[in-house]
Amino acid sequence: MTSPVIVALVGNPNAGATTLFNALTGAQEAVANYPRVTTEIASRDIVHRGIALRIVDVPGIYSISSQSPEEQAGCDYLHQQEPHLIVNILDAGRLDRSLFLTTQLIETGLKRVTVLNMVDEIERSGTSIDTGMLASALGSPVVETCGLRKKGIAELLDAIVDSVQAPAGAPVRLHYDSHLEQSIVRIQDHLARLHPRQMEPAHSRWLAIKLLEGDDRVIRAESDHAPLLEAVQKECADLAHEHDEDTATMLAAARFAFSHGLLREVRTQSSDPTAGFKLTRVLDDIFLNRSLGLPLLLGILWVMFQTTFSLGAVPTEWIKSGVAVITEYATATLPEGMVKDLLINGVLAGVGGTIVFLPNIIILFFFMAILSGTGYLARASFLMDRLMHHFGLHGTTLIPMVAGFGCNVPAVMATRIITNKRARLIAMLIAPFMNCSARLPIFILFAGAFFADIAGTVVFAMYMASIGAAMLSAVMLNRVIPGSGGDAFVMELPPYRLPTLHSVLHHMWDSAQGFVAKVTGVILVGSIVIWFLQEFPRDIAFSQDFDTAIAQLEEQPDSPEKDESLHILKATQAQEKLEKSYLGRVAITVSPVFQPLGFSWRDTAAILTGFVAKEVVVATYAVIYAQDKESEGLSETLRAAMPVSTAVAFMIFTLLYAPCLSTIAIIGRESKSWGWAGFSVGYSLAFAWALAMIASRVGDLFL
Amino acid sequence: MASNERVERLTLADLRPDQQAEIVRIESQDAVFKRRLTSLGVVPGAPVVLDRSAPLGDPRIYTLMGSSLGLRNSEARNIQIHLK
Ligand SMILES: Nc1nc2c(ncn2[C@@H]2O[C@H](COP(=O)(O)OP(=O)(O)O)[C@@H](O)[C@H]2O)c(=O)[nH]1
Ligand SMILES: [Mg+2]
Repeated sequence: MTSPVIVALVGNPNAGATTLFNALTGAQEAVANYPRVTTEIASRDIVHRGIALRIVDVPGIYSISSQSPEEQAGCDYLHQQEPHLIVNILDAGRLDRSLFLTTQLIETGLKRVTVLNMVDEIERSGTSIDTGMLASALGSPVVETCGLRKKGIAELLDAIVDSVQAPAGAPVRLHYDSHLEQSIVRIQDHLARLHPRQMEPAHSRWLAIKLLEGDDRVIRAESDHAPLLEAVQKECADLAHEHDEDTATMLAAARFAFSHGLLREVRTQSSDPTAGFKLTRVLDDIFLNRSLGLPLLLGILWVMFQTTFSLGAVPTEWIKSGVAVITEYATATLPEGMVKDLLINGVLAGVGGTIVFLPNIIILFFFMAILSGTGYLARASFLMDRLMHHFGLHGTTLIPMVAGFGCNVPAVMATRIITNKRARLIAMLIAPFMNCSARLPIFILFAGAFFADIAGTVVFAMYMASIGAAMLSAVMLNRVIPGSGGDAFVMELPPYRLPTLHSVLHHMWDSAQGFVAKVTGVILVGSIVIWFLQEFPRDIAFSQDFDTAIAQLEEQPDSPEKDESLHILKATQAQEKLEKSYLGRVAITVSPVFQPLGFSWRDTAAILTGFVAKEVVVATYAVIYAQDKESEGLSETLRAAMPVSTAVAFMIFTLLYAPCLSTIAIIGRESKSWGWAGFSVGYSLAFAWALAMIASRVGDLFL
Repeated sequence: MASNERVERLTLADLRPDQQAEIVRIESQDAVFKRRLTSLGVVPGAPVVLDRSAPLGDPRIYTLMGSSLGLRNSEARNIQIHLK
């Protein structure tokens, strides 16, 4: 078995590499009309005409020598791996820019196939390319494709196999200005002396050009040849002196001049080359309108939320009743005992209580797919960038923050659209502050109990507080987290495109799968653990013999008094049981930490269980105060149990403290670091504590 | 020569919607930023026009090399141009 031929798909971001990758291999990678979607390298093996090929989807790059973090993966791949063949994907409508990378690829001396993708878009504007002439100028076969409609795929596969089998053709050479050429030759001579008879002239020319261009990776590789690097520096200094321009820019200008000249020969444009993008202009006149743009963005987000929750409510009800049916069935059929208890009060309560959010998640991701697939997302970031910049955030951060109101888990996943690593990390760390729907019941309960007259306003204030906390954190994290970058807003705006049904469905399916995996993993385990902590130890030494007392009461004739006493007795027993359970003991141990905030051990227990999922906080209160959570009673009990200022502090604390288990897990997964997940917990706890402290002190003064 | 340029130094941030311009140079010490712009076609001699501005006047979109490039004004101020 021979190893497969490595075929790397290389092109500018958004040129359609992933679409072609999927078309070539039948894979289902995520596609979005948004530059730089591919951040991890995907590869897949196929066989064409008996030749085994390994197709690699290299993340988009604008230049081989790029140092921008978002192009890192693609550049590293090209420098570290030696693909047998490069399939250079060009966006046919943006040849002026995309041929720049081609000129660099030519110099690598690797075998190439050139793809003119998105020919449908240039055909619409009446542009045509003389592919024969282009092929001879670039020294590679040229194939026209429309990845979206899978046109030209068979031709591309044939061209790939033909190139693999053919001997290497005569190399094409770009000619630079005579001063540059002289410098290149001098560096080549230097290289030849360093590695006598080892280096092909084409390779040493490439190395010389990269050194003069200041390619970090090549310079690092040659770092033990100090005299060579000194010679390069001298050449650059001389050139800069002579031309009043740095060498990298001179080389880049020459590359663009080459492609400009080439396009004049091979491209026939209609009188209006932008005709194919008329729709984009019209839509931008609306969506980027100076007075309409921001209101429209807000409107779109509002519709997205509204639909996510209202449309989601219907299937959520179905799932709820499904869970109820299962619970009922389990209650009726299972033999009494611990297993039954665990299944019903642990597993079914925890997992069932979370899976109900599945419809919301799927709908949210439907909108995200539409927003990113059409190219509107790039516009939204453009519109918001100015405002977000005040807080050290990139315009793009808007999207995960918005998603966070639904659930922090998709919010953290949505940070994938932020390509700068550090900016993405900050977005991930502030996303959990967004007031997700799981926290809403807490605020509804507390606002109703303590601020009955202005409950709605208080709930809205919590939303505003969550945005404020996220922004404040962004400012602080920007100071603390080392490194820089992510500041520059250099962004290409793609034309509007209609997302394919397939890619939208794929986004939704992906998110659903991820969510179900989470529910069956972390949530399942978490629920079981919490249940054990609440239930054990079993052999509690109660202060009185509750069971006997209850049994005696039950014997007596029915009366309102009997029900009342029974209720009290059972409640007292439940409370004492909780107090002496592991959870209660832990809460009592931890509670000194929260003493300054005025929280009792019961509040502490609610906070602790909220780590699993914030939904559990209200449920815990209900258990602790042995009340039905729907009843008026819980509000009253709460009001009696803590002063208003403590209630405010508690609301602030639960709004901000530690992300729930699922969010912690997702932060760990997405940042590829449990360290950052841990940091997120520690940081948000400290932040929540501090703000709750301030709130309780201020509350003491005014309330 | 340098002093001559400073007299009428015009940058991309000064470009108005009805004007046609050509890039002269990127005046940034930040090599990463400079290379990034260069690879997107911001090179001496490249023609550029202003397409539109965000509602608050910043960032702005330029048409360059047949594609739309969004840039903050603070970044555009580092790009020297001359009008055509
Ligand atoms: N009109 C048109 N759009 C395409 C074509 N190929 C890809 N696209 C769209 O271009 C965008 C970018 O595609 P993607 O494969 O994610 O690009 P990548 O960043 O290079 O991986 C998506 O919106 C695709 O649907 C094509 O041949 N014609
Ligand atoms: Mg991709």
